[in-house]
This record gives sequence, C-alpha cells and structure tokens, in this order.
Amino acid sequence: MENHAANHAADIDRQVRGYMVVFVALLAMTAVTVGVSYLHLEVHHAVEVALVIACFKASLVLLFFMHLISERHVIFVILAFTAAFFLVLMILPILTNLDHIRL
Amino acid sequence: MEGLIPYITEPREDTGLTNGKIGIWLFLASEIMLFGAFFATYIVMRLGADVWPRGWEAQNVPLGTVNTAVLITSSVTMVMAWASLERADLKKFQMFAAATVALGFVFLVIKYIEYTGHFHENMWPRTSTYLAVYFTMTGLHALHVILGMSVNGYFWLAGPSYWAAGDRQLLINRVENAGLFWHFVNIVWIFLFPVLYLL
Amino acid sequence: MEAHGKGMPAHAPGAHAPGAHHEELGFWRKYVFSTDHKTIGIQYTVTGLLFLFFGFTLMMMMRWQLAYPGQPIPLVGALLGDSRAPGGVMLPEFYNQLGAMHGTIMVFLGVVPIGVGGFGNFVLPLQIGAADMAFPRINMMSYQFFVLGGLVMLVSFFLPGGAAQSGWTSYSPLADINPGQTAWGVGMVLIITSSLLGAINFLTTTIQLRAKGMSFWRFPFFVWAQFVTAFLLLLAFPPLEAAAVMQIMDRVAGTSFFLPSGLVVSGQLLPHSGGGNPLLWQHLFWFLAHPEVYVLILPAMGIVAEVIANNTRKPLWGYEPMVYSLLFLGFMSFVVWAHHMFMTGMGNAMATFFQTTTMIISVPSVVILSALFLSLWGGSIRFNTPMLFALAFLPMFGIGGLTGLPLGLISSDIHLHDTYYVIGHFHYVVAPGTIFAFFAGIYYWFPKATGRKLNEALGRIHFWGSFIGMNGVFMPMFWLGLAGVSRRLYDGGVSYAHAQDVLWLHTLSSYSAWFLGLAQLPFIINFFWSLRGGEAVDRNPWHSTTVEWQAASPPPHGNFDHAPVVYRGPYDYSAPGHAEDFVPQTQEA
Repeated sequence: MENHAANHAADIDRQVRGYMVVFVALLAMTAVTVGVSYLHLEVHHAVEVALVIACFKASLVLLFFMHLISERHVIFVILAFTAAFFLVLMILPILTNLDHIRL
Repeated sequence: MEGLIPYITEPREDTGLTNGKIGIWLFLASEIMLFGAFFATYIVMRLGADVWPRGWEAQNVPLGTVNTAVLITSSVTMVMAWASLERADLKKFQMFAAATVALGFVFLVIKYIEYTGHFHENMWPRTSTYLAVYFTMTGLHALHVILGMSVNGYFWLAGPSYWAAGDRQLLINRVENAGLFWHFVNIVWIFLFPVLYLL
Repeated sequence: MEAHGKGMPAHAPGAHAPGAHHEELGFWRKYVFSTDHKTIGIQYTVTGLLFLFFGFTLMMMMRWQLAYPGQPIPLVGALLGDSRAPGGVMLPEFYNQLGAMHGTIMVFLGVVPIGVGGFGNFVLPLQIGAADMAFPRINMMSYQFFVLGGLVMLVSFFLPGGAAQSGWTSYSPLADINPGQTAWGVGMVLIITSSLLGAINFLTTTIQLRAKGMSFWRFPFFVWAQFVTAFLLLLAFPPLEAAAVMQIMDRVAGTSFFLPSGLVVSGQLLPHSGGGNPLLWQHLFWFLAHPEVYVLILPAMGIVAEVIANNTRKPLWGYEPMVYSLLFLGFMSFVVWAHHMFMTGMGNAMATFFQTTTMIISVPSVVILSALFLSLWGGSIRFNTPMLFALAFLPMFGIGGLTGLPLGLISSDIHLHDTYYVIGHFHYVVAPGTIFAFFAGIYYWFPKATGRKLNEALGRIHFWGSFIGMNGVFMPMFWLGLAGVSRRLYDGGVSYAHAQDVLWLHTLSSYSAWFLGLAQLPFIINFFWSLRGGEAVDRNPWHSTTVEWQAASPPPHGNFDHAPVVYRGPYDYSAPGHAEDFVPQTQEA
C-alpha cells in the first residue's frame, strides 16, 4: 500500500519534471515563431513555417499537459474522427471555392 | 441520485475511463469543429480579399507575444494544480489554481488594451473582413478564457470543501477535466496568434 | 462501490450518507426540473409534438394560399392582423415567414427533439440496462436550452418585421438584411447548445453505463442508431453555430462575412466593407444540414427496426451489415453536403467529387432498408398499430430515398433543383418516413411509459387517415416539380405559363393536408384518453426481448429492481428449444 503511494508520488514527480521541459520548449518555440515573423517572409512560406511550429507546440500541449500520451483507446477514436472531419471542413470549402466556374 | 451513476470517481474497467473524462473530450471535439469553422472562414476571407494586411501591420506583435507566454504559463500552473492534488498538497493546489485564474485575467487585460487601441484608431469589426475575423475569433476565444477562469475560480474556492468531505478523487478528476478545457483554450491561441499576428 | 458517486453536488459534497433515503420530490423537482431521463424524455416528446402541431398549422395556412392564391383565409384570416394578412389575404412577406418557420420548427423543434431528445432519452438508458444518463443535470439543462430556443423562435413572430423569412436555409446575403434573422440566429445557438449537451450525454452513457454483458454487438439496433446520431450532432452542429454567430455579426456589428463587395439593395449600394462570401454561409450551413437529415432518419430507422423485429417474432435479417451500414453512413454524411449547392457555379472537379460521394452514400441506406424488408420474410407478422406505421415507413422511405437520386445526379438536378420535386423528396423521407416511425414508437413504448396501451381502433383510424393524407399531400409535388414549378413561390406558380396545367395539384395537396390534420384527431384523443382509460399492462405487453421491457411500466427512479446482466443478443425470437417465442436479453439459460 505504501509502495503504491510511493510509486504514485514518484510518477507524478516524473511527470512534473516533464511539464517543466515542455514549458521551456513552448516558450522557446514561441520565440522562434515570432522571430521568423520579423523576416517578413512571403505569405505562403510564412504560413508553412508558422503552421509547422504551431502544430508542434499544440502536440506538446496535447501529449503532455493533456495526458494524451498515456490516454485510452476510446479518446483516440473520438479524436481521430474529429481530426478527419476538421480536415474536411478546412479543405473542401476552399477547394470548392477555388474550383469555381469563371465566366 | 447518490450511488445511481457509476464511474464518476473510479474508471470503468474495460474503457479505463471515468464519465467526466469522456464527456470533456467529447465537448472538446465539438469545440474543435466550432473553431475549425472560424479558421475555414479566415482562409476563405483571406483568399477572397483584394487587400489583406500582414499580421504585424495590423497588430501589436510584442503584446501578442506576451499574451502567448501568459497563456502557456497558465497551462503550466493549471497542470501543476492537478499534480498538487495528486500529491495530496491542497495548499499548493490553491496557489496554482489562483495563479491560473490570475494569468487568465492578465490575458484579458492585455486583450482589452489591444481592443481599445484598435477602436481608438477607428478599426472596428465592420471596417474590413480581416478585422471582422480578428475580433470575432479573438472575442470567442476570450469568452472561452472567461468560462475557463470561472470554472477554475470555482475549484479554487470550493476545493477545500471537497477535500474536507473526503471527495478527493472527485476533485482530482474534475480539476483534471477543467484542465483539459483550459489547455484546449491555450491550443486555440497557439494557432490564433500566428494566424492573426504573424502571417 | 463509491460512496459519493454522484453528479455535480448542489450542496456540500458528502452531506448524504451512502444509502440515505431521499424525501419524496416536490411537484417542481419531479415534473418540471427533473433530472430523470424518463421524465426528460417525456418532456421532450410532448414539447416536440406541440411544436410539430404548430409547424403543421403554419403549413395549413400556406396551403390555403397555394390552393386559392389571393383569397382571404377562412377562420384565421381576420385574426392575423393587417401586418400579416390585410383583409385576411396573406402578404408575401408573411407567406415567407410561414415557410421559413415551418421548416425551422419542424426540423429543429419537432423532429430532432422527439427522435433524439424524446425517444433517445427515454429508451436508450433502459435498453442498455442503465439507471439513468451519465450526466442527469446536463440532461435537464439540454431540455431547458431547447425550450428557450423554441420560445425565441415563437416570440420572433411578434417582432417588428416578423419572424425569419429567408427560408429555413437562411441564405446570405438576403438573410443578412431581412427581418427576423437575428432572432433566428439566437434561437439556433440555443437549440444547438441543447443538442451538443445531449450528444455528449448520449455518447458517454452508451460507452460507460451499459450493463454487464451488454457489449456493443449486443446493442439493439435502436441504440446503434442513437449512438451514430449523437456523433453527427456533436461534430456537425458547431460549424452552423459559428455561421449563425457570423450572420448575427453581419446584421448587428456591420461585418461582411457573407456580404460581397458592391452589393446593391433597393437601388442603394450597401455601406458594408464587402469582401465577404455568400457561398461560405452555404458551406457552413450544409456542413451541418446534410448530416442533420441523417439525424432526422436514423432514430426513425432504429424505432422501425425494433418494432419490426418484435412484430415478426424473428431476429432482424442482416443485423451486422445494418450496423456497418450505419457507421459507414455516419462517416459519409460529412462529405456529401455540396450536393445542395450544385447550382452555385461549382467547377467540374468538385461537383463530380460531391456527386460521387452522394451516390456512394445511397448504398448503406439501401442496405438498411433492404434488410428491414427482408426481415419480414417468414415472419409471424402481428399487424398492430405500431407495426402498421413501421411497415408503411418502408415503402415511404423507399420513395423518399429513390427520388433523391435524380437530385444527387448533377445533370438531372439542373432541372429539378429548387422545384417542388425537392419538397416532395425530402417530405417523403421525413413525414411519412420519420414521423410515421415516431408514431410507431409512441404506440410501441406508450405502455412502458404509462403502464397502459393506446386504443387499437383509434390507432387504425389514425394510421389509415395519415397514410392517405401524407401521400395525397406529397405525391403531387413530384409532378409539379418535373413541370418546373419553383419552390417558395407566394402564388404557387400562378404567374408562370409552364405551371398552368399543373396548378390543380396544389389544390389536391391542400385538401390532403387538411384531411391529414383531421386524421391526427383520433391520435390526440387516444393519447389523452388512454393515459387514464387505456388497457392496463404489465412489464412486457409486446413480449419483447430487449432490456427496457424488464423494468416496471412505468419504471421507477433508477429503472431496474437490480442491475441487469445481459447474456445474449437483442433479437432472440423464435429460438428453438424454448417454450416462449422470445428470450429476453437478460435471461441466462
């Protein structure tokens, strides 16, 4: 019983150390993405860089702060479908707009 | 209703989850679709606009950067609040919960400064589609910050009574779920900030 | 067993000792502010039926204008007032309000609340062997948001300019400037909130609170249907909520999300920034509204499946393909929406994409319908009232579905889009389709909810009157549409040469509609009379296999005497080696 409690405490301590590393990484990547913006890149390059960095930051928050890295199957199934339909919502209206008949 | 509904404090064996954990992730799934619609709107508006300002032309980037750091820090204090409960440290929990609410407040103050700055320069949602998108998306995001602050504020104040009544696991679960919402609000900003300020 | 396993505490947590007795709840907590899924289910059903009848009334007024354009409306004409019907003759603006609100109310305040909020809430926890929904207080809140949204919609008729009048589809730019739309948008946000809260509850409950032994593959088809429906609501509604917020912003804050540059209204250039995109509204609207039509039909299919299995005394034919079809249908429903937008100037690539996905999605629907038809083969069919409605659903949904095909194919849609053909198509699916399934469900589960059966003789009159009425209203619309008569015309096509030969069909539809209304009277009488005077029944009057029939009629708070355990699949009818022609899911040997 005490072993279990001790293990649990050690678990949490390890996680907390991880949170600090993620914290620093998030601040660092924020600095990078802001720094890059000062380069005043062309829009499509700027978008690529910013999106990649943002996705990376978001992944860190999801995996570690939101515990996704150790989460259960059901949650992943929910998120997988959500991600798929999110992409549909992002892509299809824009594609349809671009494929408009031009008279 | 006591005892009628299982899996509130202890997870169900086969799914390994409590009801609240599934519930909050389902809610977040709907929120992803909600903000997704706005991001899709942003893309459509920008592609269809004759002119669209570069982020730094329309916004105060340093101020936005500070706000980004504020929210990131608040995610750390949020997860530390939960971890403190897991370590049975009620005092630390209250400190981190209060810090999270305070950082949310700082975020809103900075947003207020930005908004009033825009209004003074006669920049309103109706002025352009860029500003329409900016105000609507950051406004909706700010409403979510307020909601998160309210929930966290409630647990900051009510936490001790859960603890005293022996409802420790219930509090831990609820704070974790509140944290999931708060982290999501942070993630939205992680995308919103570059999209509106840096591109 | 958790001593403090309860929902959000209204008082300090832990104040009640485990197993402490509740005082009897007062009237308000028991009937108005209830957190019991059965009470909430009945609230949703009754409120939904009231909205259904109100929406029907709006349509009956429209049908007068269509049958006798420009004639004063009898009885009600004088009551409407000069702003709506001077001299009793309906104004075009009022006709448009009736049209837009008929659609909005029927879809969002009638069918979904009954199908999901009503049947889903009442039956689902019972069928999976649960004591209640996972989040009872959120359940109550979702009903309250529904009522609030409904009230906003009703009140909007009395605002200056009247209720929304830009179609239930509220297309911009018209909806950005027409009266009544802000209220519509606010009402929609409240209704969407109700659905989202409900969806979260349904999904969590189904995953977490099913009884021991109730694996997913032992679910009755009704449970699967509600499960997929909840996913559709959860993920498809938010974009419409976003769009409604943006349309409100356009109206109230002067933004131009959906307003293009250079828009001229009544000869004046609109003083908006412009740069917006009306098609964006259509994308966001239909992203919801297409999955929405599956939200309308899936619960109905679930009800029909239960009633058919029970009244053929046979297992459903093709249960597994039906479930896979449900899942596939749910997924596909997210990628077909622009078949509502074929006439917006889409290029060939995207149009072909959406035509293809639309053709593909018809397959699972056909699988489900065919399986239900095949389930009848070799059955010992009992022709009670629920079964009559369930049987009628099959060909009616068949007609609705088949008439959808020329709309999903671009070449024929060019001719049929925005004509009465479309109105005929979707009404067949939702009126003699879904609503018939609802009637089946009400006749079927009324005994569980009240402990009494509805009267069979009145039920048969209700059925035949409704069946004749429904077909009389909607079948003529296909001819009107094929002749080229547009929908949403105030005069029904009187001023168009191509409509002259078919205008008489409007009159036929109208008389059928009024007859259909009369045919509901036996149902209303039956409903109220049977509450007290219906034949009293015990737990399982239909001799059904599914778990809800193991509870008392009506079930007490907490539903079951002891937590059910499930040993077998949902449709063990006429199994060899048993004395009875059915074996309940909870029976071990």
